[in-house]
Amino acid sequence: MDKMLDDIWVYLAASPLLWLTVTLMVYLAGQWLFERSGGQAWFNPVALSIILLASLLLLTGVPYATYFKGAQFIHFLLGPATVALAIPLYLHWNRVRQLFLPVIVGLLAGSITAILSAVGLAGLLGGSPRTLLSLVPKSVTTPVAMGVAEKIGGIPSLTAVIVILTGVVGAVAAPTLLNMLRIRDEAVQGFAIGVAAHGIGTARALQISSMAGAFAGLAIGLNALLTSLLAPVIVRLLHVSFNL
Amino acid sequence: MIGALAILLGLQLIGEVAVQISGVPIPGPVVGMLLLFSVLRWRKSLPYKLRKTAETLLSHLSLLFIPAGVGIIQHGARLADEWLALLAAMVLSTLITVAITALVMQWIIRIQRRTRRDG
Repeated sequence: MDKMLDDIWVYLAASPLLWLTVTLMVYLAGQWLFERSGGQAWFNPVALSIILLASLLLLTGVPYATYFKGAQFIHFLLGPATVALAIPLYLHWNRVRQLFLPVIVGLLAGSITAILSAVGLAGLLGGSPRTLLSLVPKSVTTPVAMGVAEKIGGIPSLTAVIVILTGVVGAVAAPTLLNMLRIRDEAVQGFAIGVAAHGIGTARALQISSMAGAFAGLAIGLNALLTSLLAPVIVRLLHVSFNL
Repeated sequence: MIGALAILLGLQLIGEVAVQISGVPIPGPVVGMLLLFSVLRWRKSLPYKLRKTAETLLSHLSLLFIPAGVGIIQHGARLADEWLALLAAMVLSTLITVAITALVMQWIIRIQRRTRRDG
């Protein structure tokens, strides 16, 4: 009996430590691979880490809830990191103020495009109503997106996954796309990546320059704000017009 | 570093409480970010330690998304059924959003420059 209690205790005490440590180590390995590849966008450390960790959990049969008990300490830091985005914004405030009108109009265009194009494309390709609702906040930073999904009847945990994959797509493809479109202004590059691909895009934008990072960070905050206001309205309109 | 972390968490906490009380549909951390920005603008200075801590946190921003991303293993069935719709929405819609945002912004900047030059 004592032995069994011991085992359970060891298991419970060890599991958060185990998965927290494994997540950090996998991320470091992903970073190392990314650097070894010479910064090849396809070796995105987030994507690599998620694939590795998901495979590991599926192979060992460890449920996500057990994993998250350890990984939540990392997840939790999304909050203070969002607050910290005030710092690049403060450092580049002069440029932001100069671009006030382009920022506001670009935000409106981008935010509405993100919602309608995601729901529209998935709808055309036979996505189920709950999947469509989970897609609405896909370009917004994770904690906010999950809240929005819950409010409009989507599945918050599915939204979290969609948001992160969206971020990876943005981080991988946006710089090339912006080059093709001949967008050279780092402020514009950063803002567009931030609107479409939130924090993961911002991590990429910070590699372009601190200025691009500042505008991406600004975009995360503004798009989170606008989408939480717009999503319920757009969903109501879609309900009325398509009987979603 | 602990002091800086306390500032970031404290402002997030104030943000969360403000959102709970007011019922405004803005996320707490975003309110915290606006508060920190306002304080910095008002004080017109950025403490070195706060800047260091924030930059460390932001340089590993992508790490923070991994735990939620691993949640993909909970949605195997839905992904298998609806992978095409989801893939199209995530890839195409994201590219379209990047392009539209950048082009609209660039367009407004050009208009502003032209009006400034002509006016």
